[in-house]
Amino acid sequence: MSDAGPLLRTPLYDLHVASGGRMVPFAGYEMPVQFPPGIMAEHLHARSAAGLFDVSHMGQIILRPRSGNTADAALALERLVPVDVLGLGEGRQRYAFFTNEHGGILDDLMIANRGDHLLLVVNAACKAEDEAHLRASLSDSCEVEVLADRALLALQGPQAEAVLGRLDPKAAEMRFMDVADLVLAGIACVVSRSGYTGEDGFEISLPAVDVAVVAEALLADHRVLPIGLGARDSLRLEAGLCLYGADLDTGTTPVEAGLEWAMQKVRRTGGARAGGFPGADAILRQLEEGAARRRVGLRPEGRAPVRGGAALFAAVEGGAQIGVVTSGAFGPSIEGPVAMGYVETALSSPGSTVFAELRGKRVPVAVTPLPFVPNRYKR
Amino acid sequence: MTTYFTKDHEWIRVEGDTGVVGITPHAVDALGDIVFFESQPVGTSFSRGDAMAVVESVKAASDIYAPVSGEIIAFNEALTDAPETINAAPEGDGWMVKLRIADPAELGSLLDAAGYQATLG
Repeated sequence: MSDAGPLLRTPLYDLHVASGGRMVPFAGYEMPVQFPPGIMAEHLHARSAAGLFDVSHMGQIILRPRSGNTADAALALERLVPVDVLGLGEGRQRYAFFTNEHGGILDDLMIANRGDHLLLVVNAACKAEDEAHLRASLSDSCEVEVLADRALLALQGPQAEAVLGRLDPKAAEMRFMDVADLVLAGIACVVSRSGYTGEDGFEISLPAVDVAVVAEALLADHRVLPIGLGARDSLRLEAGLCLYGADLDTGTTPVEAGLEWAMQKVRRTGGARAGGFPGADAILRQLEEGAARRRVGLRPEGRAPVRGGAALFAAVEGGAQIGVVTSGAFGPSIEGPVAMGYVETALSSPGSTVFAELRGKRVPVAVTPLPFVPNRYKR
Repeated sequence: MTTYFTKDHEWIRVEGDTGVVGITPHAVDALGDIVFFESQPVGTSFSRGDAMAVVESVKAASDIYAPVSGEIIAFNEALTDAPETINAAPEGDGWMVKLRIADPAELGSLLDAAGYQATLG
């Protein structure tokens, strides 16, 4: 975020302040980093009951095909992402990323097929660049509409289905990555069964003017607590999910990041619509041959958290740097420090031990599978 | 026994030539949940303002600075396994380090309770 202008507020700002939220700058917005229970309690509440997150700072963008045929918008978007968009059924959503000509990642996003259009959710810090990228590349075939007047909530946790189902029973019928129109507290909402905590849950897109009504209806349920950015970060890290700007950036390829699962066969070498996205040569080659470095889970020994930016080494003394931590924190559900980072592929097997530089010393760190906490998506 | 404060939100409780150091409730509130504590070893000597211990909250690492010059004669080993005690009792069981004070004159540069409260605005 290079913009040094005044901080923006989401439509829930007043509710955050009234709820005791501690507001901090984040991606150009004033956002709650925590509420009175604190990051640890909020994190554990989202894992055991349900947490409500304001993610209205994220960008919501509609791609509407000029031809009226949504397949044309899907094919146009496939010029920017190494993902099968054409095969995405109506009422379904999929994870994707914009790539650059070197195979690096410009942003990660969600794509939903809404029947007559595609709905994209992109990161707050990238949304202006994403909009420009879409307009520059797709305006011939699609209208690009930024939904500046819509808010976004996330309800996450094992009780999310029961909570949302009380407002609209259709919530319980949705499977992971379904997208449906629900009416919540009298407000027409676009709801996906997804989230970024590793828990079952929902993301709710709705008019900004109505978001407080729906947020208050959800918070009226005793099982729901408001959750800040601090716990959102520790939840997504335990779930092994990437944060753009930390674990992903323009110098990181999807193969290095372990995101092969998001690149369907149809877009790979030999597939019916292979390539055709920026950086295809580099990415398709890495899919065949592997990458020189890989994203891994890291479990530091002891209790000291190892944070993003810490250098990784193969030995306790000497030798060249072999990797870097990109996200690191104390994992409340793990009751210990957890991290993610990149290491040379030869050292990326679970069971390897590497060493992180921490306050001038090197501490042993076990390379581990991701996620740290099993996903509980309702498939 | 007199308690002094630093602008960096440490307190030091002085009795004779020893001082017990911890952090204030204001500091604990700002840090959030504390998940890690580590002191420099007993016997280490410090000048005023040197980092002599570190705490990590879920959010970030913070150095604890020596309020006055001296030598560590003990640290609170219970915090190694239960750093959350600092959140629960920052001015009691959450104490961190016991110092032998090198130069009692340095205490004169610290704040009293009213002076510290004034810095919090």
